[in-house]
Amino acid sequence: MKYSQKVMEHFANPHNVGKLDDANGIGEIGNAKCGDIMKMYLKIENDIIVDVKFNTYGCASAIATSSIATDMIKGQPLSEALKLTNKAVVEALDGLPAVKIHCSVLAEQAIKAAIADYYKRQGIDPEPIVGKIEDNDHE
Amino acid sequence: MRYVYADNAATTPVSKKVVDAMLPYMTENFGNPSSLYSIGQKANQGVKKARQQVAAALGANENEIFFTSGGSEADNWAIRGVAALGAKKGKKHIITSKIEHHAVLHTCAALEKQGFSVTYLDVYENGIVRPEDVRNAITDETCLVTIMYANNEIGTIQPIAEIGAICKEKGVLFHTDAVQAVGHVKIDVKAENIDMLSLSGHKFHAVKGVGALYCRKGIRFPNLIEGGAQESGRRAGTENVPGIVGLGVAITDMMENMEENEKKVSALRDRLFEGASKISHSRINGDRVKRLPGNFSMCFEGVEGESLLLMLDMNGISASSGSACTSGSLDPSHVLLAIGLKHEVAHGSLRLSLGEDWTQEDVDWILEVLPGIVDRLRDMSPLWEHIMEEEKAHA
Repeated sequence: MKYSQKVMEHFANPHNVGKLDDANGIGEIGNAKCGDIMKMYLKIENDIIVDVKFNTYGCASAIATSSIATDMIKGQPLSEALKLTNKAVVEALDGLPAVKIHCSVLAEQAIKAAIADYYKRQGIDPEPIVGKIEDNDHE
Repeated sequence: MRYVYADNAATTPVSKKVVDAMLPYMTENFGNPSSLYSIGQKANQGVKKARQQVAAALGANENEIFFTSGGSEADNWAIRGVAALGAKKGKKHIITSKIEHHAVLHTCAALEKQGFSVTYLDVYENGIVRPEDVRNAITDETCLVTIMYANNEIGTIQPIAEIGAICKEKGVLFHTDAVQAVGHVKIDVKAENIDMLSLSGHKFHAVKGVGALYCRKGIRFPNLIEGGAQESGRRAGTENVPGIVGLGVAITDMMENMEENEKKVSALRDRLFEGASKISHSRINGDRVKRLPGNFSMCFEGVEGESLLLMLDMNGISASSGSACTSGSLDPSHVLLAIGLKHEVAHGSLRLSLGEDWTQEDVDWILEVLPGIVDRLRDMSPLWEHIMEEEKAHA
């Protein structure tokens, strides 16, 4: 197994690490038993993600996918962020080893979970907009 | 930046002494050991000498040493061979432990598919098999007990002499995978009643691709490879002469320096344990005393092992982990689970295996960077946040 240069860069110096005290959408995906948890903090204004931070427990690819995924949605309208696929995350990282693809799924789901949380806080049912959040990790 | 190779349990550098001993067997003494002319006989003598050296290191006779391609081959051969013997007598039960190397566990699993039953003994919290459990597990159908000498992940040394005595008393063959132990701790196959033992050269400064099976005289089990008279006809194929010569030199060298190495390396290892134990929410894996001199294994809660070892690598330290991500499966190491660790704790495991060439500066460098790396990973870990929240709630 080998990581791309891009993965190693994002792992060594991840972007957008931390928490947002004024986040209005927070999503957490994964579980400790499987060895990876991602938590996304979004600050959304006028349907635009004006700031994003993450905390991740997991392997290098989990940290790298969180990092690049947050880069990809920062400044984007929610409608665009919701279009982010795990495939796009993998491509942006110049690929991931096959056994690590699930990390990219986690990143996609964590963003969706945070957006769903935002809608819930607005009193809007998120499911028709965000879809079902798959928090089944490795299963 | 300092470079510290801390994965000697994975493989070791080949020593200069070994390289020097091997080189002539690739050039001037390149002959086939089966050939009668002098250049062949020189190669033959090289193999013979190495066989004597390996035998001497184990307290065995030279006709009890069979060279193989390494430890996994020796394990497979011993277990499958004894199983075949057992099957002829209707004895289709094998006893092993939950913390064996996969070369043993997967061979046992393959035999289960062929109708064998296998007992996997517990190792308890300290990672050590209890001899009385071996005794209690032996039945009239048992053909083999196979328990590793020392564990590759947590370094625990098993009560081999006690188990050997029980097997002898019960008339059951006893094999031990001693890949991690040979060259590092004193082994005497006769005194410890070991019938078969596997070893691997690259774990003690010989090259990769050479190992041996010790098999007590009188045990007749099937040949591994047919097609020639090499290894008493039991494993045909032209010998890996340079590798075998190097193995002999390496094992002799380790025996000569064993006491000194053991003392020096275990002292450095203890310094490492002492320093790393200051990191909060950490634990030492495996028995603190009955372990290989060079084995350090700890878990750090809230961090994941692969991230930990990659960050150590960025600081010039080559380490290993038993996390799921590094084991190539969804579960963390079977060894860490067998000593009762929860998945989430086992994911944060770190193994450092020391070399004889280590100095205090190497240990101090690790202790300088490790706490910072653990802190950095914990700072971005939602799991660590949960652990802290729970503690606050219970405070």
